[in-house]
Amino acid sequence: MLQQLGAGMVVSAEIFFLTLILSLPLGLVLSFGRMSKNRLIRAVSKVYISVMRGTPLMLQLMVVYFGPFYLFGIKITSSYRFVAVIIGFVLNYAAYFAEIYRGGIESMAIGQYEAAKILGYSKVQTFFKIIFPQVVKRILPPVTNEVITLVKDTSLAFVIAVSEMFTSAKAIAAAQTTMVPFVIAGIFYYVFNLLVAFVMEKLEKKLDYYR
Amino acid sequence: MNLLEIKNLKKSYGGLTVIEDISLSVAEGEVVSIIGPSGSGKSTLLRCATMLEKMNGGELTYLSEKAAWNGSDGKCVYAPSKDLKRIHGYYGLVFQNFNLFPHFSVLKNVMDAPVSVQGIPKAEAEKTARQLLARLGLADKADAYPCQLSGGQQQRVSIARALALNPKILFFDEPTSALDPELTVEVLKVIRSLAEQKMTMIIVTHEMQFAKELSDRIIFMEEGRIQAQGTPDELFSTENARVREFIGKLTN
Ligand SMILES: Nc1ncnc2c1ncn2[C@@H]1O[C@H](COP(=O)(O)OP(=O)(O)O)[C@@H](O)[C@H]1O
Ligand SMILES: [Mg+2]
Repeated sequence: MLQQLGAGMVVSAEIFFLTLILSLPLGLVLSFGRMSKNRLIRAVSKVYISVMRGTPLMLQLMVVYFGPFYLFGIKITSSYRFVAVIIGFVLNYAAYFAEIYRGGIESMAIGQYEAAKILGYSKVQTFFKIIFPQVVKRILPPVTNEVITLVKDTSLAFVIAVSEMFTSAKAIAAAQTTMVPFVIAGIFYYVFNLLVAFVMEKLEKKLDYYR
Repeated sequence: MNLLEIKNLKKSYGGLTVIEDISLSVAEGEVVSIIGPSGSGKSTLLRCATMLEKMNGGELTYLSEKAAWNGSDGKCVYAPSKDLKRIHGYYGLVFQNFNLFPHFSVLKNVMDAPVSVQGIPKAEAEKTARQLLARLGLADKADAYPCQLSGGQQQRVSIARALALNPKILFFDEPTSALDPELTVEVLKVIRSLAEQKMTMIIVTHEMQFAKELSDRIIFMEEGRIQAQGTPDELFSTENARVREFIGKLTN
């Protein structure tokens, strides 16, 4: 039982880390689209974000998983399950992160851009040296909230039968008629989130050296 | 040679004309103060001169290099960006509210642009930055962060940051207006010492006594125009009623 749960844990952690690693940068790109001077790019990004935030992640996962077959008749292989989960999560979380980035970037005082311009920094330098580091500090609290939600959301992968923590717990519970796997799963998610909170707090402390 | 030449500058926001028509030349080593009631367009003038704002018309020239001029269609044309980049290096601007980078230490605030913009080696930039900080009485603050400093210290850091790039002209937009009176003194002292070293400066200020002592020329602006200008003696003894009234209000 523990072995099976352990394997589920690893899969959950994989979903978690891969989603973060991919959706954080994608969200930044998407936030640029959302703030673009080009009206078409702005509109497309806005609709995308609105749809991703306005429909259930569970539904999005099913669309990503079954879509290739229903839309294009491509045969779905079982190895696609995990890939579909990552694609679904990344597409969804990027939308949330994009809005968080946008809030942070738009909250920056215009004076920072002007000072950088007068000093001769290029636009790219201004963003990555001056603006972005300050944005990171400001958006840490809402990002923490999303990351904590993500830990729990990984359990949604069960809808396309990826054997992450929750899927495994459910299978064992049914087979052995016992609550224990659920208790262990609960402890797993809880401890995982304690760790997340701990790490994010460390990060906030680290950025506490100014203002 | 004139370091700066502005000819027939015009600037409006939407339908609101802020600068009617201003021409202004500044020679090397000259200290020019700009005074005038709030809303008269002083900041806008500096923002156009430093290219934070685009002019609607007129000519802008630094060191005989044209940065902007009137195109044939009546719109203002700016020089190609590689020329503008060089021209940008000729001047610096000190803001009323400092605009220091809060996540950089004092030292990094001062040395980062020389390194990342001008490509000066780190060690050399650091040496220059430390010398500048020492000159402005901030040697012991190199490792502090802006939020740990008083307003007067922050403004001195921002002056050091501007000086680190070795500009030919330094603009100041009300450098002491955000400061308590007792902190104003230390910033004015620094600007005074720059004047003694023949730094070319254009200073928007409400400090009449300071402007009088320091300036080679004072410009009085109102409603987007230069209404009067001259040496401090000329301006402080003018017959122009508006100027007298304005100066009178601010000196007592
Ligand atoms: N970005 C802007 N948009 C619209 N109006 C502006 C803008 N900047 C300045 N103004 C207007 O231009 C006028 C002159 O402003 P400013 O140059 O800041 O005056 P001063 O620095 O002499 O107090 C004011 O009426 C102000 O409201
Ligand atoms: Mg002003």
